[in-house]
Amino acid sequence: MSATNVVPQQQFERETYLNKVYGMWSWLLTTDHKRIALLYLISITFFFFIGGFFALLIRLELLTPAGDLVQADTYNKLFTQHGMVMVFFFLIPSIPAVLGNFLVPMMIGAKDLAFPRINLLSWYLYIIGGVIMLHCMMTGGVDTGWTFYVPFSTNYTNTKFVEAGIAIFIAGFSSILTGLNFVVTIHRMRAPGMTWSRLPLFIWAHYATSIIQLLGTPVIAITIVLVACERALHLGIFDPRLGGDPLLFQHLFWFYSHPAVYIMILPSMGVVTEIIPCFSRKRIFGYSFVAFSSIAIAVFGFLVWAHHMFVAGMSVYAGLVFSFLSYAVAVPSAIKVFNWTATLYKGSIHYDAPMLYAFGFLGLFTIGGLTGLFLAALGINVHVTDTYFVVAHFHYIMVGGAVMGYLGGIHFWWPKISGKLYPEGWARLAALIVFLGFNLTFFPQFVLGYMGMPRRYWDYSHMPEFQVLNVLSTAGATVLGVGYLLPMIYLLWSMRYGKPASDNPWNAAGLEWKTSSPPPTDNFKEEPVVTWEAYNYEELDAPPQALEVPVG
Amino acid sequence: MGLHHEEEQHPELLHHFAEPEQQRNAASLGMWVFLGTEIMFFGGMFCAYLLYRHWYFGDFGAASKSIDATLGAANTAVLICSSLTVVLAVWAAQTARRALLLAMLCVTMLFGLAFLGIKGYEYYQKFEEHHVPGPSFSFENVPVPGHPGEYANPRHAQIYFSLYFLMTGIHALHMIVGLGIFSWLLLMAWGGRFTPAYHTPVEIGGLYWHFVDIIWIFLFPLLYLIDRHP
Repeated sequence: MSATNVVPQQQFERETYLNKVYGMWSWLLTTDHKRIALLYLISITFFFFIGGFFALLIRLELLTPAGDLVQADTYNKLFTQHGMVMVFFFLIPSIPAVLGNFLVPMMIGAKDLAFPRINLLSWYLYIIGGVIMLHCMMTGGVDTGWTFYVPFSTNYTNTKFVEAGIAIFIAGFSSILTGLNFVVTIHRMRAPGMTWSRLPLFIWAHYATSIIQLLGTPVIAITIVLVACERALHLGIFDPRLGGDPLLFQHLFWFYSHPAVYIMILPSMGVVTEIIPCFSRKRIFGYSFVAFSSIAIAVFGFLVWAHHMFVAGMSVYAGLVFSFLSYAVAVPSAIKVFNWTATLYKGSIHYDAPMLYAFGFLGLFTIGGLTGLFLAALGINVHVTDTYFVVAHFHYIMVGGAVMGYLGGIHFWWPKISGKLYPEGWARLAALIVFLGFNLTFFPQFVLGYMGMPRRYWDYSHMPEFQVLNVLSTAGATVLGVGYLLPMIYLLWSMRYGKPASDNPWNAAGLEWKTSSPPPTDNFKEEPVVTWEAYNYEELDAPPQALEVPVG
Repeated sequence: MGLHHEEEQHPELLHHFAEPEQQRNAASLGMWVFLGTEIMFFGGMFCAYLLYRHWYFGDFGAASKSIDATLGAANTAVLICSSLTVVLAVWAAQTARRALLLAMLCVTMLFGLAFLGIKGYEYYQKFEEHHVPGPSFSFENVPVPGHPGEYANPRHAQIYFSLYFLMTGIHALHMIVGLGIFSWLLLMAWGGRFTPAYHTPVEIGGLYWHFVDIIWIFLFPLLYLIDRHP
């Protein structure tokens, strides 16, 4: 397996989705899911570095206890824009819109998503939302925090909340359309023989993600409409002066924004579930448990939102119920972690870059998940509410989990996407740097938070003893930044100079590896007929004569 | 693509579907799923309504009484009739009755326009009465139904009117989108695109229209009828 698996040059003159037609309009008006995936890849990478730039400024400000680099107002805008860009313009679309778009039709043996034009529309909506967000940032920005709590966002802030709200609203519909496309595609477009129990678990994870996108996103959409109307037209829904309830806003907001975390992490789990069996050369342990734990996370994920509101004035009884439910949602997540571990057990493990990212995911997601249980406990929650403990926790999930999975997936499927092999040595180094940089950035924040450093403060000069840990965190962020820049450089390099990839350089199971790299526009030369279970690595690695025997 | 010999017989079959039935099922499932997201979208407002109706029971009753229920009832009748004409349009498309299809699409759109006209008149009335939330809002000395001597709290009534305008306003926006969809269907029907073998757009456009009607069926009692007694 890996870098020596090169095929002769002449094979690459055949028609692929990349060279079938050329020119800007062939990309901007494409309805090919693979090209749209690449459009998304470019756009979300752009927003990732914008959001990363804000993060860098935040970390620089916190290098010293005094508020010296920026003033409080600017700092408020920095963390708001960092959050809004990263959540709505990078993390939510990251794996579904790039890898999901590319792989969902190929993994189930379809020629395209069910609604290719709606797929393109979703990219345009994302871009329109993104442009509005950029305009908003360049003409003053927003300082409400990405959570835009009322009544600050409706009555008090003098920054451009309505514009940012419109941007998020539009980007939300792009997310809804992606989810809609996936659900219909998975139901209606599977190749003959591709039964539900033969689907790759990546598909199950995306199915669960789509359910959340479909049922959650409309709620944040209407919440934004309510807030914007209250701010712009002076309607009163949440306004306490009229007897309105600001807590209602928080309920509606978190009804989406908590499940939104599962929009980020579930696809990442799907990626890891593909990588681990491939690099352990083993069938996934407990297929149906992993599949249904995705669905369980999607369902339970809708019932835990108020754990963000334990100190907001909710009744203690409601707190107890939501605390219990938050513990419950950890069960399906733990089922997944145990199943991945059991898959590794006695596997023939290969330490290629995608696997390193998957290992990183396992460790970081587990830490993030376990600290999530700390936060679900009412007593500890009160102690660490709005501290860096919370910041560290959700970054372990959303960056340590989701982004590690995203990078692992990009590496794993890069030969399929680009038809080129990436430089394995650099990739392993980058994975290591990301892992070390990440822990150096965010682990100190757990300690800081537990010691009581509040989040969203630009100045901690009354607590100079926090500086050492903050310096560590800022140093880590720099390392992390290098770790993120590296893949961008060598992946771009490999598009031109990389060795041509064979159809299946990892010798992986899965329909997407049975077509050429890069695939033709219609994905498969002829419609595949599936006669085997997913992850049949034992058969793949068996002596050749056994290969043709169908299973199941 | 030698796989699909039917392609000649079904000019509307898109390249990535194996057969027309798959395409029809996908389109119809897509619309159902979309309507599911719409329920969640309106759900946020219904949730807010539920909370404040519970908290400010009498004030909502008083505010609701200030709205012209006759106009609301007329609009309900208009929409129910339009649902019937939509069903007839789908049937006409299925059975290749082009003239009937065109007529029913037009009548449906006329009902839609009538609905918006009546709604607009209601908004005008509310504007005249200073019942539009904002600085000029006024709702003084309105008795609470069933509680003699008690008057509605104007601030709570303003929440009612905020919800009234948002819910009916967003519903009306959906109506306008529906009119857009039906204009497009009309153009396609005019061009003779629909056959008994291919009429999915009429069907799923109809689904959308019915959905908008159903939302109104919930809005009407919640906003107009909560405290009416004979």
